[in-house]
Amino acid sequence: MTHVSLPLLAVIPNGAIAVCIVLGLLVLGLGAAIIVLLCKKLTSRQELAVADSRAKRKKGNRRLLKSCLKAGFVGLVLLLLYLPILLLAVYSFDKTDMIGRFQGFSFKHYSDLFTNPKVLGMIGNTFLLAFLAATLSTVLGTMGALGMYYCKKRMKTAIHAVSQIPVINAEIVTALALAVTFVAVGLGKSYFTLLIGHMVICTPFVVLSVMPKLKQMDNSLYEAALDLGASPFKALMQVVLPQIIPGVISGFMLAVTLSLDDYIVTVYTRPAGFETISTYVFNATMKGNAHTAVTLSSFWALTTIIFVVIVLFVLISNLAGRRKKEADR
Amino acid sequence: MKLPRFSRKTLCIPYAVFLLFFVIVPMCVILFYAFTDRQMHLSFSNFLRFFSDPTKLSTIVYSIVIALITTVICLLIAYPVALILARSKLKKKFVILMLFVLPMWINFVLRVNAIREFFNLLSQADAMSGLSGANIFKTIVGMVYDFLPFMVLPLYTTMLKIDESLYEASKDLGAGPVTTFFRITLPLSMPGIMSGVTMVFLPSMTNYVVSDMLGNAKVTIIGKFIYEYFGSDWHMGSMVALVLLIVVFVSTLLTGGFKSEENVRGTDL
Repeated sequence: MTHVSLPLLAVIPNGAIAVCIVLGLLVLGLGAAIIVLLCKKLTSRQELAVADSRAKRKKGNRRLLKSCLKAGFVGLVLLLLYLPILLLAVYSFDKTDMIGRFQGFSFKHYSDLFTNPKVLGMIGNTFLLAFLAATLSTVLGTMGALGMYYCKKRMKTAIHAVSQIPVINAEIVTALALAVTFVAVGLGKSYFTLLIGHMVICTPFVVLSVMPKLKQMDNSLYEAALDLGASPFKALMQVVLPQIIPGVISGFMLAVTLSLDDYIVTVYTRPAGFETISTYVFNATMKGNAHTAVTLSSFWALTTIIFVVIVLFVLISNLAGRRKKEADR
Repeated sequence: MKLPRFSRKTLCIPYAVFLLFFVIVPMCVILFYAFTDRQMHLSFSNFLRFFSDPTKLSTIVYSIVIALITTVICLLIAYPVALILARSKLKKKFVILMLFVLPMWINFVLRVNAIREFFNLLSQADAMSGLSGANIFKTIVGMVYDFLPFMVLPLYTTMLKIDESLYEASKDLGAGPVTTFFRITLPLSMPGIMSGVTMVFLPSMTNYVVSDMLGNAKVTIIGKFIYEYFGSDWHMGSMVALVLLIVVFVSTLLTGGFKSEENVRGTDL
């Protein structure tokens, strides 16, 4: 065995490395907790400056301790949430496919990810499906929510109740029911059935995120548009739609998330030979890494990329929020 | 021919038709298959077979126990987190909340794979091998890990709605923090608890992906039966699905219905 790049790690037994990594990540998390704390401390310090008497300062200290504990707890939960992902991120830069002993730094898994046509196909399938399903669900769901809002009470309650079924139902029951129906009706399984399956789980959530915005909407504006001579369709597109667009956008985002996250419905409604990231990774994990054409490590690289995108997203939205606040001032 | 006049109500027709064909009809098909035999004759044999099979009944109990443990752990972790976030005056609390939701962008199979590799690593450390060797333990940890955001979000949204002045009033009237918690925070966050529990309990009873990947296929939950019957016996599979459907509706009734306002995944991301 060669441990050229990191000879130190080769000397230490595997178990010790594991413990070291866990401890290292713990320190990382504590760092995160401290950052959270600092944000708090800044507000507390202002209070402390005002407090002049000793009693008040004592109270301030206790409050500081309490906020320390709180930030520590939230930080710890977040740390545990991201720990496995961080682990994959570290080993996605390893030369080998094994976790446990870092053999050497390389970008092998990343180049695999972007050159292997099979992997690229799966990623393409997953994202195209998510995009299509989310778009169709958003259109259907927004129309449905609008229609329901103006329907008679009884009709509205009925549609709403049915719309809740896929939300509360166990995913596997929805999936089985759809699959059995498609085959019994003679539709078989095709890309169409897969798309329908995803729409069934996504659309109710679009309706749920559009509905509150409709309730907050100012109804008189629509009436005003009609009085000013707009056709009902035009009034709907130019007056009502702009008012509910935040709900529509968050519904779309939600639908994309749900579709990307889905495994069960995909498995039951997909056409033969169609692979998404989730179906492939599940099979590869169950079979073991050695028996698959594409190693799981490429997907660790993918996980890392998504993780980095998440972090960037949070940072950017944070910065954007701050800039907006400054602009408001 | 004149087109019918455009009315706002007609907009819900496509959605209603969609729901009819892809939600109501499939449920009826399940019901039909559950009570017929292979010759499509009406029969109660599936029903009797299901309820006379001790492994099925014990698996149901087993799934419910696993789901209960998962739900309680999720609640115990998520409640303080949601309360701290909702009540803090922190400017960045939205960012922290996002951090809880964003792992959902990574496909959950990939997330479970990450947990699995994590346990593999832990089992290499000798001291931990006993703990991470237990399949049930790993399954429950995986489920808590996967479903935690579904608990945090509804709790957070309900707690955010609690009027700040209620806490002040409670303090002014001489109530300590414990009394305030049990008389104000807890009762007012009950709707959030209920929808959180529904969103965690059901998937953890049925999501066999987690138990397969983490339990070395030794932990069998009720969802796995559906998967197994899907290949061989649709009628029996439909029966299992029907039983699950009934569990879903009973638990929904017990938790007092599902409020769309407290909806989990439905908060503004």
